[in-house]
Amino acid sequence: MSINYADTAWVLMSAAMVLLMTPGLAFFYGGLVRRKNFLSTIMMSFACLGLIGVLWVVYGYSLSFGPDRAGIIGGLDFFGLAGVGQEPSPVYATTIPHLAFMTFQGMFAIITVALITGAVVERIKFSALMLFSVLWFTFVYTPVAHWVWGSGGWLAKLGTLDFAGGIVVHIAAGISALSLALLLGPRRGFKEKEPMEPGNIPMVALGAGILWFGWFGFNAGSALTSGGLSSSAFVATNISAATAALVWMILSWLYRRPSLLGVVTGAVAGLAAITPAAGFVQPIMGIPIGAGAAILCYYMMLFRARTGIDESLDVWAVHGMGGTWGALATGIFSSAAVNSAGKDGLVYGNPKQLLFQLIGVLVVWAFAFLMTWIIGKVVNATIGLRVSSEEESVGLDISQHGERAYGGPLR
Amino acid sequence: MKKIEAIIREEKLDPIKKSLEDLGYYGMTITEVGGRGREKGIALKWGTKEYHVDFLPKLKIEVIVLDEDLSPVLNAIVRSARTGETGDGKIFIIPVENAIRIRTGDSGSNAV
Repeated sequence: MSINYADTAWVLMSAAMVLLMTPGLAFFYGGLVRRKNFLSTIMMSFACLGLIGVLWVVYGYSLSFGPDRAGIIGGLDFFGLAGVGQEPSPVYATTIPHLAFMTFQGMFAIITVALITGAVVERIKFSALMLFSVLWFTFVYTPVAHWVWGSGGWLAKLGTLDFAGGIVVHIAAGISALSLALLLGPRRGFKEKEPMEPGNIPMVALGAGILWFGWFGFNAGSALTSGGLSSSAFVATNISAATAALVWMILSWLYRRPSLLGVVTGAVAGLAAITPAAGFVQPIMGIPIGAGAAILCYYMMLFRARTGIDESLDVWAVHGMGGTWGALATGIFSSAAVNSAGKDGLVYGNPKQLLFQLIGVLVVWAFAFLMTWIIGKVVNATIGLRVSSEEESVGLDISQHGERAYGGPLR
Repeated sequence: MKKIEAIIREEKLDPIKKSLEDLGYYGMTITEVGGRGREKGIALKWGTKEYHVDFLPKLKIEVIVLDEDLSPVLNAIVRSARTGETGDGKIFIIPVENAIRIRTGDSGSNAV
């Protein structure tokens, strides 16, 4: 196949946009924690840009997209980018350089690991988070990416659809977040209901804006071409985000007052939900998918709060449940007329697609939860997961990084 | 009339507020402050090296009380602010000459 310049330009641009999502996430999460942990929370995402950015090119890409081994994992043929060059891959994205596809996929790996950090802010030891990230990336992300997206991956062969990562990114991260938060335990003072209000909601809104922008690269870029399909995914993405932001705002209005935090959280939930479906559904289906995401995630967030589990920034409720709804909604609303690589879903008379989606969801839920639990146990037994109680009360900015978000003698 | 200046842990504001409300004291002023006591902040370790965290964030609560209410208010603050660990803070009691409510011009105990 020869290289298509428009496709290449769009995928490279999309890769840069997806990269920008991780700094966006850093501010989204950073604004949600108390001021003494603002910097450390941002650091968690930025550290992933470094750590996963390196691991991806060394072996991550190869394990995810290398030649299939029994449907489970990719081979190490692409170790250190061996054989990944300016010519297109014969299998993936055959109109753009293999390097462009590789780096686009790498940005997804980075943000997936960064997403988990929202569950463990304000109390995890930074060294433990780094060790956890290496292990989680290696033993959870790369196999799941291979199962769903790798040529020969067993969920892909079964027929599970995931356009841009509802399963690989949002379910994997969201369920792992819940698992790791359960293992780590609540923040000091959480059980006593000490106030833990967001330190800076405008920062959260800024981060959400960057995420929303970057998500066009995430979803429309996942078309891996720059034609009609990318436009369809682009429009579906914005419809779902807008619908979910609107519905979440109305929900918060019904119970209290219309909340800025609600609007931005709703947008993120809508974006997570449309991710697996974006290139498989008619764009207008973004309305039911976004509305469903807002309602489901809103009540899941309230439910999580009632359980007393300190999954601090609701990665499970928003990304885990948003991704779950989106993956199932793909089985309901998908239409083969949108994408020749897609299938008709339930509403077009193919209920089996919903079953394939359900299998993908359940498998990744179970795998991510269990593997994260095991990896967390290993890290806890070796270097310990938590900072000391004094370090936690001083805040991770000072105790883990020796830096503060704000100057001056006080903070 | 006395002014109570209490330097407390930030997370103890809510319980203190509640215990003062129970005594009928609703008015108070709070300020975010940084403070250190005899321990000069906290000593923490990074690897084998020790380091000091100076001036930990605290809240200062100021309440003006009538003389006869002083000891129940002090008791309430101490009870709800104490954890038993270093860093619980301190309370200072200062005599107040007079007080004026700006809106009405009331002064003395009527203005508290």
